[in-house]
Amino acid sequence: MSGVRVLVGTRKGAFILTADGARKRWKVSGPHFAGWEIYHVKGSPGDSNRIYASQTSGWFGQIIQRSDDGGKKWNTPGSSPEELKSPDGTPKGESNKFVYDGVPGTHQWYDGTQHPWEFKRVWHLEPSLHDPEHVYAGVEDAALFESKDGGKSWKELSGLRKHDTGPKWQPGAGGMCLHTILLDPQDPQRIYVAISAAGAFRTDDGGKTWKPINQGLHSEYIPDPAAEVGHCVHRIAMHQSRPNTLFMQKHWDVMRSDDGGDSWREISGNLPSDFGFPIDVHAHEPETVYVVPIKSDSEHYPPSSRLRVYRSRTGGNEWEALTKGLPQRNCYVNVLRDAMSVDSLEPCGIYFGTTGGQVYASADAGDSWKPIVRDLPAVLSVEVQMLP
Amino acid sequence: MIRVVLPPHLRTLARVDGDVELDLNTTVTQRSILDELETRYPMLRGTMRDHVTQLRRPLVRFFACGEDLSHESPDAPLPEAIAKGSEPFVIIGAIAGG
Repeated sequence: MSGVRVLVGTRKGAFILTADGARKRWKVSGPHFAGWEIYHVKGSPGDSNRIYASQTSGWFGQIIQRSDDGGKKWNTPGSSPEELKSPDGTPKGESNKFVYDGVPGTHQWYDGTQHPWEFKRVWHLEPSLHDPEHVYAGVEDAALFESKDGGKSWKELSGLRKHDTGPKWQPGAGGMCLHTILLDPQDPQRIYVAISAAGAFRTDDGGKTWKPINQGLHSEYIPDPAAEVGHCVHRIAMHQSRPNTLFMQKHWDVMRSDDGGDSWREISGNLPSDFGFPIDVHAHEPETVYVVPIKSDSEHYPPSSRLRVYRSRTGGNEWEALTKGLPQRNCYVNVLRDAMSVDSLEPCGIYFGTTGGQVYASADAGDSWKPIVRDLPAVLSVEVQMLP
Repeated sequence: MIRVVLPPHLRTLARVDGDVELDLNTTVTQRSILDELETRYPMLRGTMRDHVTQLRRPLVRFFACGEDLSHESPDAPLPEAIAKGSEPFVIIGAIAGG
């Protein structure tokens, strides 16, 4: 690998940060799509030039953007200048058409009544591990969509939303979003997703049927703390070499499963708070896990106003604070669920962005940190794309 | 020649500067203008009205000759000044913070 590209989505545009393998000097480009909310930007593992972005606005709705040259030029899929001049017919302009399959039905609203499913935005884009044209989208209100033509058109994998428990799903504070999509590198039929506030789900048949995988989760804030669904899962992470082992940051509690989500156990251990949003796994050490503790569900900033990443080298329970280079006083930023990522260089690089607009990077697996940029709009997502 | 003023974000999305000029060979209505706009600029589909219901997005408004026509029928003929191009058809995002 010759370098790394860090893709940053913010409240007011996207930024692309690029460095060589040393990760010392960074080139910053952007804002792309200035003024729009960029919930997620993610590169294809199968093509280092292919990047997808979710661009949204309360006024003008959802836009999907795609770059085929590493982020220099962007087009809504199907409407590049070449395609618009194509004699093959007028592009359909359906790259932002997310329509639920059939009659959408209802889910539980904040007050316990039933509320119609309404598409609002794409929270997360997950490109296939191999095919750059194949990409999944996790949306609010919670559903999973799939495109096999590079984002030109989308089809819902409706077995998830139509699960028997669907009417019991309810929105978390940020809306009822499907925010996590994990593709099993060893079994292309197996996909994990997580929804706030429904919980985690798994398919073993490519998305046709789904099962809730929330056994072992305990959430005091819902009527039945051990319910089949209703848990506010914030993020799930997996190491590519061990796809049956999952790490979860829940609304409260850090959890672990070693059986593909069939059962979970708590690994919060000595964390100063087990509330938080992101969680990720070291690229080369499947038992090394990172979280960013946040004080509480109502005080979304670090405990003791010290920004600390916590690392466990034992797969949980025993955590060490990583503070070198991070603000250790008067810090009141948050780190959102999709705003942490790792690279696969040696040593492993860790990146995270804050609601204060800083993007911090560590080129030594978390031992020390430096801001790459520090005055962006509030950061919503951080993803890494490796460059050949 | 009909003139359409797009809000800045949609101008950027459609990659146009200034007003958009359209020729329509049909009755000039909100619907016929939007149909032609979306044909010329497919990336605008879904940004002004819903893909399926074709209803105006809640925070998008349509003005012509100083009048707010957002709640008029999309098939009502627009004023003569719009059809002749002496006044623009104006699409705006509602003032709602941001």
